[in-house]
Amino acid sequence: MTDPIIRMQNIEKHFGSVIALAGVSVDVFGGECHCLLGDNGAGKSTFIKTMSGVHKPTSGEIIFEGKPLDFADPRDAIAAGIATVHQHLAMIPLMSVSRNFFMGNEPIKKVAGIPFFDHDYANRVTMEEMRKMGINLRGPDQAVGTLSGGERQTVAIARAVHFGAKVLILDEPTSALGVRQTSNVLATIDKVRKQGIAVVFITHNVRHAMAVGDRFTVLNRGKTLGTAERGEITPEELQDLMAGGQELATLEGSLGGTV
Amino acid sequence: MSDASGDERVKELSAFRKALIRPELGGMVGTVAVFTFFLLFAFDSGMFNAQGVLNWSVVSAQFMIIAVGACLLMISGEFDLSVGSMIGFAGMMIAIFGVTLGWPMWMAILVTFVICVAFGALNGYIVVRTGLPSFIVTLATLFILRGFTIFIPQTVERKTIIGGIREAAEGDWLAVLFGGKILTGFFQWMGDAGIIAVFERGSRAGQPVVDGIPMLIIWALVLIVFAHILLTRTRFGNWIFAAGGDADAARNSGVPVNQVKILMFMFTAFCATVFATCQVMEFGSAGADRGLLKEFEAIIAVVIGGALLTGGYGSVIGAALGALIFGVVQQGLFFAGVESSLFRVFLGVILLFAVILNTYIRRIITGER
Ligand SMILES: Nc1ncnc2c1ncn2[C@@H]1O[C@H](COP(=O)(O)OP(=O)(O)OP(=O)(O)O)[C@@H](O)[C@H]1O
Ligand SMILES: [Mg+2]
Repeated sequence: MTDPIIRMQNIEKHFGSVIALAGVSVDVFGGECHCLLGDNGAGKSTFIKTMSGVHKPTSGEIIFEGKPLDFADPRDAIAAGIATVHQHLAMIPLMSVSRNFFMGNEPIKKVAGIPFFDHDYANRVTMEEMRKMGINLRGPDQAVGTLSGGERQTVAIARAVHFGAKVLILDEPTSALGVRQTSNVLATIDKVRKQGIAVVFITHNVRHAMAVGDRFTVLNRGKTLGTAERGEITPEELQDLMAGGQELATLEGSLGGTV
Repeated sequence: MSDASGDERVKELSAFRKALIRPELGGMVGTVAVFTFFLLFAFDSGMFNAQGVLNWSVVSAQFMIIAVGACLLMISGEFDLSVGSMIGFAGMMIAIFGVTLGWPMWMAILVTFVICVAFGALNGYIVVRTGLPSFIVTLATLFILRGFTIFIPQTVERKTIIGGIREAAEGDWLAVLFGGKILTGFFQWMGDAGIIAVFERGSRAGQPVVDGIPMLIIWALVLIVFAHILLTRTRFGNWIFAAGGDADAARNSGVPVNQVKILMFMFTAFCATVFATCQVMEFGSAGADRGLLKEFEAIIAVVIGGALLTGGYGSVIGAALGALIFGVVQQGLFFAGVESSLFRVFLGVILLFAVILNTYIRRIITGER
């Protein structure tokens, strides 16, 4: 088997007295979709933020492509090829879609040696990428503030896919999306994975996870019970793990198996 | 719509609403209104002959220089209340170095620029490090710099106004860039040809009354063009918008927000120093009370120009038009013989209008109701 792109080893993260992560180890492989599941507050977002350079882990080691990694800020992570769609989107409502799309990665066109922002290229690519995701923009200069929550999410995903060179991290990308956009995102994950890129996919929805996942890790109160591979685990078991088994069993009785 | 695959649910934005979304709109309408007003009611006052035009152009250019700095800083999400004190401080430093200490003027100017821009950097550094509102941090700088501006000349010269700058700057290559005039030959020719007025008597008889374009105006134009291109056409401009729009989102996308903000504080300090240098070269002296309230005038010009006080949105052209409105009205009322205190009333009213209009525009852009 190939070596993982990222090895997260015993990651701990404390916020003051809050222990958000209490030693989590996960390996992420190229060409695979790694699903991260768990309840609210389990530490999923915190975990991927240590991968994308937003948080420095309190302890533990991150090995990226065989080398220990020490990102000072998100810029380093992006430069290394890790693209992230954060749960609370990194989108700026007052700015146009294309300015948002290329934020931090602005295309450059040199005129007389001076580097200018290549607006033509940015506008064209933005329209193209959004069309691929099934969203027709009024124009690339439309402000992100006028888009719906799901449309914004789609811009963020399209942006991450466009720039995600080696690792693509998606934090609950499908939670705000409609049926068509959800299947678009799942199809995109599948496509990206086939290009050899590693995908980290956070979701609460077991069906979405089962649809594209190759590996499944469940986080519970900052800890993990380990990683299961596809075929080793059933949706029901996953569901149980996420909600801590027992409670769900009781719930299931009263809700008539609809969860 | 040109895009054939457009969404049929997207209603065409009316041309009116589309125009409203341009931040410069308020500034443009205001400029037209102000000029129409004074052309109708003050045309004979001398406001629109060569001397009158120069008069309000210089005043407007002064406002523009500090408005450009304040504009980029406000778009990046911060304020600088120390601009006025910085103007007084910079002028005083040039006087101390160039007159009291007798340094060559170019050295006095360069060292002053370095000190002031460093103060700008310090402002920015404290703001991004502590996360405190720039309002409070630069309010502190306002008092600190003003205090030094009064204390230093009193200690070394026992007075608060230092003169003799023009004499000390005589023939200096750098001072000319701030205090000189260009196109003097052209104005002499226009005077000779009878297009503009010339002195009739005295030692300057035959010379045109307006004998060139002050470098102050050139500085204003250069700064406007530079800042406009930087903001709209470069990668750094995108970072300025992003830093002010949502600093965390920008950071997560890899924008070096802290550097952007610190650089904008430095740029604001640079603009204030340009203003101060031009001023001391023109007056020939530095005074401890120079630049009073300039920070607010700069901010008002920027807001009239369509920028949002909350950051992330605005335009350099708008800010320049705001400064033009400012200068034309202030001098126009003077020419028209209106009591000058009414200018403040006007200012307050127009500021209120601009802020209300801007808030409405933001709602349109972000689609909230
Ligand atoms: N910046 C922070 N400062 C302090 N505590 C934090 C911070 N970020 C997260 N936490 C805490 O860490 C814990 C894990 O939060 P995290 O956002 O990682 O959960 P999550 O698994 O992503 O939940 P959700 O499914 O709701 O998105 C929570 O208890 C949260 O309160
Ligand atoms: Mg989360």
